Amino acid sequence: MKWSELFTSSIGKKWVMALTGLFLIIFLIVHAGINACIWANDGGVMFNKAAHFMGSTVVIRIAEIGLFLGIFLHIIQGLMLEFQNRSKRKKGYEVPMGNKGSKWYSRSMGLLGTILLLFFILHWWHFWVPARFIGHEELTEIEINGVHMHNMYNLMQYTFQELWVVIAYVIACISLCWHLIHGFQSAFRTVGVSNSKYMALIQNVGIGYSIIISLAFAMMPVSMYLGWV
Amino acid sequence: MEHYNMNLTLKVWRQKNASDSGKFETYPVKNISSEMSFLEMIDVLNEELISEGKDPIAFDHDCREGICGACSMYINGRPHGPWHANTTCQLHMRAYKDGDTVVIEPWRANSFPVIKDLVVDRSAFDRIIQAGGYISVNTGNAVDANAIAINKDNADAAFAAAACIGCGACVAACKNSSALLFVSAKVSHLALLPQGNPERKTRAMNMVAQMDKEGFGSCTNTGACEAVCPKEISIENIARLNREYMMAGASADK
Repeated sequence: MKWSELFTSSIGKKWVMALTGLFLIIFLIVHAGINACIWANDGGVMFNKAAHFMGSTVVIRIAEIGLFLGIFLHIIQGLMLEFQNRSKRKKGYEVPMGNKGSKWYSRSMGLLGTILLLFFILHWWHFWVPARFIGHEELTEIEINGVHMHNMYNLMQYTFQELWVVIAYVIACISLCWHLIHGFQSAFRTVGVSNSKYMALIQNVGIGYSIIISLAFAMMPVSMYLGWV
Repeated sequence: MEHYNMNLTLKVWRQKNASDSGKFETYPVKNISSEMSFLEMIDVLNEELISEGKDPIAFDHDCREGICGACSMYINGRPHGPWHANTTCQLHMRAYKDGDTVVIEPWRANSFPVIKDLVVDRSAFDRIIQAGGYISVNTGNAVDANAIAINKDNADAAFAAAACIGCGACVAACKNSSALLFVSAKVSHLALLPQGNPERKTRAMNMVAQMDKEGFGSCTNTGACEAVCPKEISIENIARLNREYMMAGASADK
């Protein structure tokens, strides 16, 4: 069996979705960890230093390319699978099965993922594009311990003064939570974990991870809007 | 359990042949005994239709003991009706009460085209089994049954997977019309036993290739298949197949 056949069969695509998904799960821990520095209550010094570090070494720049490849592979293949799978039953049922046997969020990964894609466009426009390419009038330069860097903290505080932005971010975090609750355990099933002992552990860790990560992300714009930091 | 009679309204999918567009027909049925099976209730309706000179409702059935996998009705939004781990033929009318409306549809999936009324063509499953559901057995004298030691847990798991009757409820229930629970049961029951080892890799690769060729959807681990399976085939088998398939494909020679 050729490599191309292995990764384009129905199970091969499952593996690609699972491996990119697990990679993104690890990325979210790093992202949430760095952003959590805003709560250091030091006027953004720790957060700005951490954000600066994430753009300052070549290793992280290379990892960034991998991250974008992973995200786009996950998104594009996810959307293609959603449309392909929907086309497999041209004539639907008069009485739908609904929640008899499966959870709504496990059946709505395409929808939840699409909400997240729309959010990413907004999110990249808010932070990644100004920081990397076009700049922003609120993205000022500051000097910490003699090192010049972007004041990303200032841009964050400016961005989260708008109520609609905060609401959009919170909706995205709710979608993220449901997407992760199914995705976390499903990824492990896909890479072949079938022991009930491990699956019980993975399911519980997955729920905990999904709630903690989503709550942490949601609290960032909320904290800034309410003036907690 | 107390016996009672009931009157029901049936809404049944009627389709003359594979090319007919088909539609629902409503039939009142009267004096149905709570001790009848669901298929006997359809038999009663069909007798009436025949006596009126009408075409009886076509449906698949064979053993009526829940072991052949022929019956295939999607009843009120669930394959094989409301009971857990049950086939349509083993569904009894005590599941319903007087005045109920029951909607009966065929399995819906592009890979299971309707032949007539509630009968669908499930030969795709036969072709998947032909692609790899076999083992090599030496000719000559029969080997002593106890000559090969088999771990009890593996024997039990293989037996549980082998319980699959190939009815197709997993496909009917899956939002993606995926056949992965069926294929994973067929691969697992041989992969777990030493007798299945000679074809272990080609079996996983060939059966999955045939499944994709038949046009079934991709599995997204929603678990709807496991919930409706009359033989309680575990979704763990799907994880095992994912593993078997990747190990086979990655280690294949070319």
